[in-house]
Amino acid sequence: MLSSQSDRAGFLPLAQLPSLLARLRERGYQCLGPTVEQGAIVMRELEPPNDLPRGIQAEQTPGRYRLTSHPLNRYFAWASGPQAIKPHTFAPKESLWRVERDEAGSLQFAAVHPPVVRQAIIGVRACDLAALALQDAHFLREGRRDAHYAQRRDHLFLVAVQCAEPASTCFCASTGDGPTPTAGYDLALAELADGFVAVAGSDQGQAVLDDLNLSLATSQQIEAARQQGASAAAVQTRSLPGRNLRDSLMSRLEHPRWDEVAARCLACGNCTAVCPTCFCHAEADTPALDGATSEHERIWDSCFSEAHGHLHGFNVRADIRGRYRQWLTHKLATWHDQFGRSGCVGCGRCIAWCPVGIDLTEEVAALTEGQP
Amino acid sequence: MNVSNSLDAGPPHAATVLARIQESPTIFTLQLRLDDAAAQAAYRFAPGQFNMLYLYGVGEVPISIMSDPEERDLIGHTIRALGRVTRGLAALKPGDRVGLRGPFGRGWPLQEVGGCDVVLVTGGLGCAPVVSVIHYVLRRRERFGKLVIIQGVKHAEDLIWREQYDRWAKLPDTQVLVAASEGAPLWPWHVGRVTELFSLANFDPGCAVAMMCGPEGMMRSAADALLARGLPESRLYLSMERNMQCAVGRCGHCQFGGAFVCRDGPVFNWGEVKALLAHKGF
Repeated sequence: MLSSQSDRAGFLPLAQLPSLLARLRERGYQCLGPTVEQGAIVMRELEPPNDLPRGIQAEQTPGRYRLTSHPLNRYFAWASGPQAIKPHTFAPKESLWRVERDEAGSLQFAAVHPPVVRQAIIGVRACDLAALALQDAHFLREGRRDAHYAQRRDHLFLVAVQCAEPASTCFCASTGDGPTPTAGYDLALAELADGFVAVAGSDQGQAVLDDLNLSLATSQQIEAARQQGASAAAVQTRSLPGRNLRDSLMSRLEHPRWDEVAARCLACGNCTAVCPTCFCHAEADTPALDGATSEHERIWDSCFSEAHGHLHGFNVRADIRGRYRQWLTHKLATWHDQFGRSGCVGCGRCIAWCPVGIDLTEEVAALTEGQP
Repeated sequence: MNVSNSLDAGPPHAATVLARIQESPTIFTLQLRLDDAAAQAAYRFAPGQFNMLYLYGVGEVPISIMSDPEERDLIGHTIRALGRVTRGLAALKPGDRVGLRGPFGRGWPLQEVGGCDVVLVTGGLGCAPVVSVIHYVLRRRERFGKLVIIQGVKHAEDLIWREQYDRWAKLPDTQVLVAASEGAPLWPWHVGRVTELFSLANFDPGCAVAMMCGPEGMMRSAADALLARGLPESRLYLSMERNMQCAVGRCGHCQFGGAFVCRDGPVFNWGEVKALLAHKGF
């Protein structure tokens, strides 16, 4: 973020943060941002005059996520919450088409289009942007653009924030996806004690920055932001043994560790629900009570669900060993075949939100025995 | 063999059941025609491709297309009544409506045969995705060498299209080998495993293409037998089955390693999938 564009970086004083939201609203954006809900930071619509929460930190360890207070009273001291961008581009549940049946039994099918909503999400992280790029590669594939995803994506404005205080579960430095945003944002902020170093990553972002009429960031401010990013990378303790584990994992498909992790895994699917790159979804039909219409919806699904591998009368992945292996080998191995890189962006959500604290980095280390 | 898809991720086109044929106690064939005449006229598919059939209010299932690709007036599907959707489809009568979208996926490599022999190995209802290949070859007989049709079933009464097998067996340069693991009175063919028939198969391994569809265990054994006969791996193809909900490589259910079976398959070269087929659970 701050190297190539540092000559054009502005400085947004803390007191002016609400004016950033105001400028976005003037441009027709619904502003979503960090909100405390049920003990977690989630992205919800920010309604003026309610301010962004301050001084909140998210302590995360395997199987544990707790909000605590942050001594420096920063706005963005929290590391990733359970969800960020994904539910706003790839909806957890939405109707794809509808069918009407008349009395003669004729069927009339019609596509369902979601309403156009311009959304700005404030506070997304580098890992979230990397994950969004992977979701884009899947849903906006050449010749097969998903219309629902594309519509939301086209109307999205992203305000990224550099992660200054990663959680213990974070390992984005190891996957090369963070902690400082480098691409994929409209605006990127780095929070310092008295304000934000701000750079634009798109024409729309630059237009918003111009509206704010900021003074240029000083070289000291830019250097402070750079150092903050470097130290956020340095404090991360978890890591993967390499960025391409494809051959390493695919040559260990019968490793005894799969049985060992399957004995702990509950197959609840939490990891896939919080994973920002998981794209599996089921399609299901709901007829109206009067029988005259039926909706065809897609709903987030998980490769840990029993139905995922169901095939006329048997299950391809009847046991948890097969399901965990499917999830891990897809995420870290066969994703390379599909998208040219790993499907893991190092956000650590699957570790924090696993009810039994299964740690992906620990499983990979055991599977690869330190020999990627 | 990719054919551009005229119908995409949805919504489906309405189609009418023209005929319903009971093939066995649980297997039936639906002959469908798209209600939109222009869509029906424009509909093209390659043998080995599949459609998503939608039963009103219940859902969709992927079903291979068994009709002749030259047949322009109807689209045929042979289905086993097994789940919620297929049991409902089994209850349809001529005149009833369904939804249809497709065709999807990569079909059989018929252009690659190039005058060589065609060996078809099928198990159970695996014969359905392959029967359109038989029609295709028989309509263009001069372009192909010998046609060997090998079909295995669990029980003798599971064999559908008996008269057709009888008819094909009488054609020149066509060999039909049928096996049932469990025979029945008056069963004229082999009792035992289908792979036991491979030594009888009359084809030139140096100039043949084999296409398999059926249970994966059967296809693994068949592949071993065909490769042992000297068929090169590059000439061995199979059709895979996985849970499919979107049919356009999006929903993720059909992933087999890095492949989306609905989009990259369902027909694969043996070399593309053999490594992963050796492991259960993918």
